[in-house]
This record gives sequence, structure tokens and C-alpha cells, in this order.
Amino acid sequence: MAIDKKYIGVETEDRYIDVEAGQLKLFAMATGQTDPIYCDNDAAKAAGLPGIPLPPTFVFSLGNLAESKEFSIAEMGINLPAVLHGEQTFTYHKPIYAGDRVRLKSKVVDIYDKKGGALDFIVQDTTAHNQNDELCVTARTVIVVRN
Amino acid sequence: MSQVAELNTLAVGDEIPEHDAGPITRWVLAMFAGGSGDPNPMHIDSDFARMVGREDVFAHGMLSMAYLAQLLTNWVPQDRIRSFSVRFASITPVNTSVRCKGKIIEKFEEDGEQRLRLELVATVDDGAVTLTGEAVVACA
Repeated sequence: MAIDKKYIGVETEDRYIDVEAGQLKLFAMATGQTDPIYCDNDAAKAAGLPGIPLPPTFVFSLGNLAESKEFSIAEMGINLPAVLHGEQTFTYHKPIYAGDRVRLKSKVVDIYDKKGGALDFIVQDTTAHNQNDELCVTARTVIVVRN
Repeated sequence: MSQVAELNTLAVGDEIPEHDAGPITRWVLAMFAGGSGDPNPMHIDSDFARMVGREDVFAHGMLSMAYLAQLLTNWVPQDRIRSFSVRFASITPVNTSVRCKGKIIEKFEEDGEQRLRLELVATVDDGAVTLTGEAVVACA
């Protein structure tokens, strides 16, 4: 079942998320992070940072945690167990810290298939701006669907 | 500033210090589901995994990407990282450990600064490659 290419160009609305120190601390625990700048505001300040930094991959989690729904693959008629994360890219423009309010916007930029339709690929780009409207991170996610 | 000098003296082919993470226990998967905001039962509910034809739960790809990020941030301050990408090559089974490695593959100048391009790889206990990737890091 090929995914309908009509979804190319579909964009989410703006989605907002407050970066919470407690969530970053949980992420640090989950990932075995031992550097205290990633969970302790005083340690981050001592290292010359304005606050606890958002770790390099956490913009992906902001997408999971943000208000309102991301454009859902369920709406494309895809069932979750058939889905794999194929590729993930982040490009960094400005750092994000605990206490920032981040605005996310995602867009489906491509849909294509391989192996005679056995695999479908969905490419989605996301931008993350901070509360000062500065572009902080751009991300690209490639989702693979096994048909 | 000593760190700047160090990065500039690195050559193509040089490897950065390895990072070993895990083992990825079920506790780690439960913590990461909550910590990363990923509700997918495939990673935390073995009953669900079996129901959809898997032997067991397997780790979130983004957990291993976070380990590769630690490989980088253990080596340089995070604000030096310009870009970071991975391809998820194979599934990381529960109760395995992850070894992260990086090697410099290019030195170049871009946007008025010296940069290094690294090739990244994550492997699990049996040596299977689970993630391959690239990062670009500023020397200063």
C-alpha cells in the first residue's frame, strides 16, 4: 500500500513547548548522563552557561511533548508496528536552555517508495524557534514504513 | 583556548575517545520512554511486542542517538556541534550495551570557521552496527 503523495507539503500548526528542567533531569537519568550541567542549574551556571542546555537530540523529544498534535502518521492510514525510524538529522543554529519557550513547526517534505513499494519513506522537516523568534534548530526525520 | 589548539591539530583518520553506554535494561527503556516523551509500547511492553510478532521489546533508536551525542559532548562543549545526523541501521535489543566511536574524516572551512567532519558508529555487544552517522564540529 503506497502512501498517498497528497500528504507532501502538509504542515503542522505552530506548536509550543516550555523547556522544563525537571524533564531534562529525567532525560539525563534515562540516558546515563553523568555531566551535571545537563541536570543541575548551578553546575550549568558554574560552567558559564545561562541554564541547563537542551541536549543535542532533545528537540525530537520536544516534538513528542509539545502541545497539540503533530501531523500523525495514523492519519495516513499507517499502522504503528510497521513504522521504523530511518534517519534523523539536526542542524544547530542557537542553543536552547531550560526555561525557554520553543515554537515547533513541521512539514512533510517528501514521500517516496523503494523495493517496488515494499518500503515507503516519509521525510519530515521541523524548525524550532525560541521565545525571541530566533531559529535554534532544524531537524529532519525519515520514517520508514514496511508494507 | 588549549582545547582550540587541540582540535586544530587533529588530522583526518584520528579517532576521538570512545563512549560506552548501557546495558539497556527494561528500567532504562521505561525511563527513556518517559524522559524522551515517547509513548510507543514497542519499547516498554513485551506483551505488546509479542502480539505484533516481535520476540521482545527493543530500544528506542533515539536512545542510541543520545549515546552518540554523549560521545560528542564528552569530547567538546555542545555549542561546537554544528550538525549531527544518523541512519538507524538495525534494531538494538533489550539488555545490550552500546559502544560509540567517532573518527575525523574531513577538515574544512565553512562560514568563516575551521570545522571537522566526523564519521560516527554505534555497535552492540555482538558487534552489529546499529547506527551510523556524521557530525560537524567547529574547531573554535
